[in-house]
Amino acid sequence: MRLKHVVITGLGAISPLGTGADQLFTALKAGQSGIDRVPELEKIGGLGPRIAGLVRNVDPKQIPRKNRRSMSRMSIYALLAAQEALAQGMVDDITRTQGRLGIVLGSTVGSAETMEAFFKEYLQSKSIEHIKSMMFFRIMGHSCAANVAQSLGITGRTLAPSAACSTGCQSVGLGYETIALGRQDMMLCGGADEFHPLTAGTFDIMHAASTAYNETPDQTPRPFDTDRDGIVCSEGAGILLLESLDSAQARGAEILAEVVGFASTSDTSNIANPDPAPLTDCMQAALDDAHTDITDVDYVNAHATGTIFGDEAECRAIAKLFGPDIAVSSLKGHLGHTMAASGALELIACVHMLRTGTLIPTRNLDNPAPECSGVRLLRQVEHAAINTIIKNNFALGGVNCTIALRRYTHDR
Amino acid sequence: MTDNELIEKTNAALAEEFELDITLLTPEASFKDDLGLDSLDAVDMVIVLEQKFGIKIGKDPKIIQITNMADLYAYIIAKKNELAA
Repeated sequence: MRLKHVVITGLGAISPLGTGADQLFTALKAGQSGIDRVPELEKIGGLGPRIAGLVRNVDPKQIPRKNRRSMSRMSIYALLAAQEALAQGMVDDITRTQGRLGIVLGSTVGSAETMEAFFKEYLQSKSIEHIKSMMFFRIMGHSCAANVAQSLGITGRTLAPSAACSTGCQSVGLGYETIALGRQDMMLCGGADEFHPLTAGTFDIMHAASTAYNETPDQTPRPFDTDRDGIVCSEGAGILLLESLDSAQARGAEILAEVVGFASTSDTSNIANPDPAPLTDCMQAALDDAHTDITDVDYVNAHATGTIFGDEAECRAIAKLFGPDIAVSSLKGHLGHTMAASGALELIACVHMLRTGTLIPTRNLDNPAPECSGVRLLRQVEHAAINTIIKNNFALGGVNCTIALRRYTHDR
Repeated sequence: MTDNELIEKTNAALAEEFELDITLLTPEASFKDDLGLDSLDAVDMVIVLEQKFGIKIGKDPKIIQITNMADLYAYIIAKKNELAA
């Protein structure tokens, strides 16, 4: 039951492609790569990937110490992105702090860097006497959400879903449902993660990390490509300000796009490898929620991370539902996999695509793999009138998420 | 180490840990009202001072009573003197 229409009125992004949502889209349009060689990874025994997509040029000291002391890097990224989204949405101090605004923001895990610091001390000394007070606030599962809420004085609900690669997409979906049900007028929604060798190592252990392009980092990941060899781990934060249409219109806020559908389903066939059928079902459920027919969808922004099995399964799922002519691309060829942030960052790009009528192709897609060719894979920037976008994210643990976005027209 | 050196070292440690302007660290400065430090900062202050001076403070009831820099200096000086004795 949807009581209210939900629109997007603000965007904020911190990513390997730079600071700001506009910068993200500019870099995507220009076909830039955010992936670099990371020399520190060479010191880790047995680790194949020596590359990552890291956030550069962010000064944490722009955040007051009192707020920053409980933050690891992911919370810093998230706060800066949230501030950008609120500024774009022209949300004033009273609206921000008097209960109308909530937050739904998650990460894959708490700060692994901080956990490493804790256990380094603890395992050596078998003592907690030298553990500082702020460590737990960086480790706890809702660290990003709590830190951003504290810093911005958000007094509405604080939610912190954790669904690995689906976190950002799921957060936007949960924010959409919260507003649609009338529980909050507006929600800051998104995901954030910080790079740590734990993440790259996790995928490497499962033979799902890209290792063949360590000397040419900008040539990987390669979603849908014949020579794809896995995920490249990245970091960042993406935040979208969602708001009821009533609230946005009453405030005179600029409406950037409309969230019209969401589905989150579980694939219990395997904890790591996605099965096409549940992916299809998830997309169909989002379309049903949006009361939208498949013929209305102009483009699918895929989760596609560049793994052998995942890309194929998603292509088969999309092809089954939409047929061979649907335009599809993945932004992970530019960004790498920003984990919990990926859904939100990629949705931000989708909002720009809707508004500008510009479809961004998959970077590094030189030779489309036969097993991925059942859909129309974009290989160059296309300009067209785009009204509806489907956005997928699929996570380890079998958590599938799909969001349906629609261009907002004032003559509705 | 002289008392003045202890005070200077204390000031330097706290200025670094809490990103404070060192000129604010005067004997009469109150942790809460002048330096903006709270009870969580006080926990971290103990750890910083223990590491800086090689002393054991822990949950000493005396440290919990301290609310300004003058009393902190006196506490550190007494601790160092105890250690030296």
